[in-house]
Parts: sequence; C-alpha cells; structure tokens
Amino acid sequence: MFESLSGRLQTAFSKLRGKGRLSETDVNDAMREIRRALLEADVNHVVAKKFVDAVKERAIGQDILQSLTAGQQVVSIVNDELTRLLGETQAKLERSAKPPTVVMMVGLQGAGKTTATAKLGRFLATSEHRRPLLVAADIYRPAAIDQLVALGQQIGVSVWAPGATLAPVEIVRTALDEARRGGYDYVLIDTAGRLHIDDVLMNELEQLQQLSDPEEILLVVDAMTGQDAVTVAQSFHEALGITGVVLTKMDGDTRGGAALSVRHVTGCPIKFVGTGERPDALEPFYPDRMASRILGMGDVLTLIEKAQAHFDEDQAKILEQKMRNNDFTLEDFLSQLQQVKKMGPLDQLMGMIPGLGGALKHLPQGGVDEKPLKRIEAIILSMSPEERVKPELVEKSSSRRVRIAKGSGTQVKDVNQLLRQFGEMRKMMKQFSAMGKGGKRSMAGLKNRLGAPRMPFGGGRGKRSR
Amino acid sequence: MGIFDRLKQGLTKTRKTFQDTVATLVHRRSIDAELYDELEEKLLAADIGFDTTTALLERMKKEARRQSFQTADQLIPVLKEAMDEILTAQDHAMHTAAQGPTVILVVGVNGVGKTTTIGKLAHRYTLEGKRVMIAAGDTFRAAAIEQLAVWAERANVPLVRQAIGSDAAAVIFDAVQSARARQVDVLLCDTAGRLQNKSHLMDELRKIVRIMKREIPDAPHEVLLVVDATTGQNALSQAAMFKEVADVTGVILTKLDGTAKGGVILPISRELNLPIKWIGIGEQIDDLQPFMASSFSEALFSPQES
Ligand SMILES: Nc1nc2c(ncn2[C@@H]2O[C@H](COP(=O)(O)OP(=O)(O)O)[C@@H](O)[C@H]2O)c(=O)[nH]1
Ligand SMILES: [Mg+2]
Repeated sequence: MFESLSGRLQTAFSKLRGKGRLSETDVNDAMREIRRALLEADVNHVVAKKFVDAVKERAIGQDILQSLTAGQQVVSIVNDELTRLLGETQAKLERSAKPPTVVMMVGLQGAGKTTATAKLGRFLATSEHRRPLLVAADIYRPAAIDQLVALGQQIGVSVWAPGATLAPVEIVRTALDEARRGGYDYVLIDTAGRLHIDDVLMNELEQLQQLSDPEEILLVVDAMTGQDAVTVAQSFHEALGITGVVLTKMDGDTRGGAALSVRHVTGCPIKFVGTGERPDALEPFYPDRMASRILGMGDVLTLIEKAQAHFDEDQAKILEQKMRNNDFTLEDFLSQLQQVKKMGPLDQLMGMIPGLGGALKHLPQGGVDEKPLKRIEAIILSMSPEERVKPELVEKSSSRRVRIAKGSGTQVKDVNQLLRQFGEMRKMMKQFSAMGKGGKRSMAGLKNRLGAPRMPFGGGRGKRSR
Repeated sequence: MGIFDRLKQGLTKTRKTFQDTVATLVHRRSIDAELYDELEEKLLAADIGFDTTTALLERMKKEARRQSFQTADQLIPVLKEAMDEILTAQDHAMHTAAQGPTVILVVGVNGVGKTTTIGKLAHRYTLEGKRVMIAAGDTFRAAAIEQLAVWAERANVPLVRQAIGSDAAAVIFDAVQSARARQVDVLLCDTAGRLQNKSHLMDELRKIVRIMKREIPDAPHEVLLVVDATTGQNALSQAAMFKEVADVTGVILTKLDGTAKGGVILPISRELNLPIKWIGIGEQIDDLQPFMASSFSEALFSPQES
C-alpha cells in the first residue's frame, strides 16, 4: 500500500542528480520524504519531526548529500539512527533477589495482555525452566478469566483464578501467598484492559503495584497503534513507571511506528514481540529489523554494506553511464550476476531488497532456486565476446542459438528466453535513465512494468506459503 | 441520558483535544506557511494520515486564495466542510432483508471490539422490538464463546454455539437455519479476529460468506468491519483487505471513549468509499451509537460547553 522510503528517496535524489550542488530546498524535499515515510508508519508526528531534524543535521555534517550515492547514504543514516533509537535487543525479564519475581502486564483494552501473559509463562517454563504462576486479575471483561485458565491448561502452566467475585487486589494478595507456598519463581499478573484516562482503574493498578512490588511492569502495546501511542505510553509510565514493552500483533502487515513512539516517550526497552495467536509466538525484539520495517524496506543496511563491500564507486559510475547510453551488454550482465553471487545466497539478498520484502513472504520454504542463475551464466559464457555485446547476432541466427545451447548444456528455448528477458531488462533500464532526467510519466511506466514482480532471470517463485 | 448527550459525551475528549488545539491555533492569526505546518501537525496527530491531510490542506489553501481570506479562523469552516464531504459521501443506513432474517456479519482484526459490539447491537435491536439471535463464529480464541455467551445473556437473546475448535462456517450454517426456523429478525454473527494479511484466515471468512449466500442469496445484508479508534494507518490496509474478501458494507469505530481521535476513518471513507455506521464509546451494553457524519465533524469543531 505504501511505497518504500528507499524507493522514494531514490526517486527524489535521481531528480536532483546532475544538478551540481544541492540547494536547501532539495535537502528539505528529501527530509520531507523521510518524514512522510515515518508518518505513514504511524510514528508519532512529534517524534518524527525530531527524528528528521537529527538526520538532517547528520547528513549535512557528513557532507554526503553531494555524492552520487546520496540517496543510499541517507537511507543508511536513517536506518542507523532508527536502530539506535529503538534500543538494544532484549528478551530478558529481570529477576528479583527474593523470589517470586512479580511481573505485571498492563495496557489498553484489546492490546493482547492475556495472550502475552500466557506466552511469557510458556517462555519461562520451557526456555528458562522456571515455574511461573499466571494470575487472572481481569474481573471485568466477560470470560477473561476463563481465557487465561484455558491458555494455562494448553501450555501446562498453573493459573491462579479465584474468580470474578474477588477484587483484583484480593486476587493478587492470595496469588502471592500461593506462589510462596507453592515455590513458584515467577508471578505473572494479567490485569484488565483499561483506558489511561480512567482514573478509578488506573488507581487500581497503582494499588496492585504497591501490594505486589513487581520487578517488571510490562506495557502491552498493539503494533498497529497510531498517533495516540505516545499519550497512552506516557500516561501508563507516569502512573506506574513501566519497565518494558511487549509489542503485539507483529505478524500483521503494520509498519509498527508505534514502537518508536513508545520507546521515545518511556525510554523503556521493548522486551518481546508477539508474532501470532499461538502461545509459542513470542520473539525477542530486534531493533534493526524493526527499523527496516518502519521504513518499509527490507534489511537495507545490510544490503548496502554488502554492496559497498563488493562494488566500488567507479564501477558503479561506469555501469550507470552504460545504462544511460543504453549500451549495457550481456557481458555486463554476466559480470553483475557474478558480483551479486559473491554477495551471498540469493534468497537472503532478495529479502533485503526494498519492496521485495513482502513478495518474499510468499516464497516456498526452500528459498530461491539458484538453478536458473547458473543456467544463465552458462549460456552467456558459451557466447563469443562479440555475441555478448551484440545479442542481435544470436537473435537472428538459429545456428548460433543451437551452438550456444549445446555449449551450455541447455536448450534453445532457454537461450531464447534469456534473450527476451535481457531485451526487456534493457527497455527497463532505458526508462530508469529517462527517469533520472526527471519525469513522472516514465516512473509510472516503470511501476507498471515492475507491477508483476518479474526477475530478469525467471523462475524460483513458487506457490504462496504462509 | 439521551442519545445525543451520550454521543457528545463519547466525543467529548476527541472534541476537546482536537478542537482546543485547532481553535487556539487559528485564534487571532494570519495565514502563513507556519500556520499550515501547524494545522498539518494537528491533522496528522488525529491519525488522518499523510495523503488525506495533504488533500485537506490543499483545499484550505485553495479556498484561502480564492476567497482572499484574511485571518486563520476563516479556514475552519472550509476544513469542516471538506471533512463532512468525505464522511457523508456514502450511505450510512443499515441494510435489512426484504423478508426473513437480516444477517449481519461482524469482522475485524484481533481485539478491536467485535464481540462487545455484537452484545451492544443485540441489546439495541432488542430494544427496538426485534427478535435477535447471535452466532458464536469465533471458534478459535480461548473462551471467546464464553465471552459471547455472557453478552447474549446480558442482551437476553439466544446464542447458537458449538464447541471450541469446530468449523466456524458450520456454526454460521446452523445459526442461519435456526434463525429462519425461529423467525428471527436479526442474526448477528461473531467471527474470530484475523489479521488481514493471513490468507488462510481470510479464506475462512470467504467460506463463511459463501455458506451464508448459499442459504440466503442476499445475505449477509451487512458486513461490518470493526476498527479500533486507536489504530493508525494500518486500519486502511484492514479496510482494503476485508472489503476485498468479504464485501464490507460499513465500519464500526470503537473505543472513541479514549483519547485516540479515530481520524483514520477519513482516509477509509475517502479512499475506500466505506461508510462509518456505528461508534463504540465504552464497555457498557449501551455504549454504542449510530455514526452521524455531521455530528462527528460538528463535535470536532463546535464550541465546547462542558
Ligand atoms: N473503552 C472501550 N473498550 C472497548 C470498546 N469496545 C470494546 N472494548 C474492549 O476491548 C476489548 C476487546 O474487545 P472484544 O470484544 O473482546 O474484541 P474482539 O477480539 O474484537 O472480539 C475488551 O476489553 C472490550 O471490553 C469501546 O468502545 N471502548
Ligand atoms: Mg471476539
């Protein structure tokens, strides 16, 4: 639904290219694109503004905006900053010196607290070999207690559920007794969902906190939350002093900008993310992945690093010139293929390419089939240097095609296919370079072409998997 | 408390925060770039989204030029009118069956308030003197059926249910049969929460619709997508996907009693042509109100009395 930031920046910068110095307005235009990407990802607008200012400063400070790869470099700065702001990888719960360690789960209605409580219980029991006790303290929502009890049964973890007739404070008090008596080392309290402006219920949480002296108070936040995430997080934090965040429903297609907002206003680490409805769908939080996700791109930073390690700027310039003049040949294609191969397994790379992130989800388990690549390489290697520069020679002569097919151990139809695809690719490049000279129309044309994801080297895409 | 008061009460916070800021913003100011920047921020803060916000700003700028506005407060009627236009472009009335039960299918992602809203709708239709029945179509989430059973009891209407883990489409089939046999006026069908990008779950929803149609060709008469007002721009993706899969006929915006402004209904309405039909303003059984486009934007702008 949204275009990726890197795509937009590339467009923005390609328009700027060849203009000599960039003006203040040019820079601001690029920054506006970054802001827009953040806003579309639901990063709070105040946070987005601060963030963009910081990026701008860094970009200007490093004097990179004049460089040929300014677009990429800005993306990498943005990604960098974002990763830094999102904090460290966290998948740990603090432990109290004197057991049991108490963890309170708090948040708005429907955020996913009950499910997250069960997931944490399962995580502690199976991965950490601890004995957690889940506490059903949501007496308000119909059947919330039943839900936790059912989940406890499913994962084989004990649940303290004296019922909805007891006040939450009483439920927690008795739960603590039970935990001490039963030698449990964690007490996970599932509290009712509440609005941060509901004084009565917020006060109830404060009482529970005083009573149970929790080691952790985890704010459970729906990853789809919009601008209000800031207000919500701030209110809960002010009232309780939360210690960490659980980000839920990350298996959806949300960009999850709320993560940045929440992190920004609370300073608390995101300790876990929920990635599905089942009790085992709980993962550690990876700031770098989250950053890429917010920006709507694959793991661009890694890709850029890899690309930087394998392509030098001179070569990139030559290549670009060739594309512009439309004299990109099969020889160049071959050397590109070989460079790409040096960078690592193809499916991994594809995951990093902006815009392909989504498409990649639908790849079959085995990943990308690299066979067609090898076939293409073999075909080109069986051509004479002249043929590589002038593929028309091959197109026109069936005897050449037969010869090449034989030489490469392929079939004539494979050779034909490669030539056809190469032709298309050249057409596409022509549009790319036209785009570099500006013009929305060609951009639209390019998009249409790219609409149905089609790689110049076909094959490898299987049926949809979950 | 009258309906209108409740609606107002539900919108009070929405209105207060939004209107406060917009009102103070335009108070005694001239129109300049800075003003537009600040207006943009306010609109974005309401989750209206980048594109719709930009469109609203363009509209204000155009009118300001055309009518040679002098002061910033002249922009407010323009903004209100533009929002109204978006929100009133579609038909907000609930469709009913010409004869036999009116089948209402309630869909949405996890935790938005589907089950609660069904309880509220059941109560409302009962008060209108209709014979109501509920179908427990969430056979997946732990205790979802029990939760709905509580609501059915509160609204005092029958519930058609099967065991957890059974086929949701089968439950719906049963319910449609039973609704016809018992001459029910309104059948409300709950469904499991599903994220819109999970194709197998969306296929299940397709199947539910298919089963309904097989039994009653013009069913479901309403497919209502529940959207949590706290949701950001992902609500657009939700609306688009659910519309594609289940022909959504309207949106219910819940949790408007919080501080979230629910502005995402503007792009939903504008880009996907979906009317907003109801709003949820609390967890009680009567915390549901019909959405009134004019009241909604009116409430956002009109002077505040409380
Ligand atoms: N404050 C508030 N809470 C609501 C509203 N509607 C539903 N809820 C709460 O949101 C939570 C999730 O609701 P539920 O009906 O179980 O959502 P479902 O998963 O979509 O069926 C429950 O705690 C409800 O009480 C509303 O309008 N306002
Ligand atoms: Mg439900």
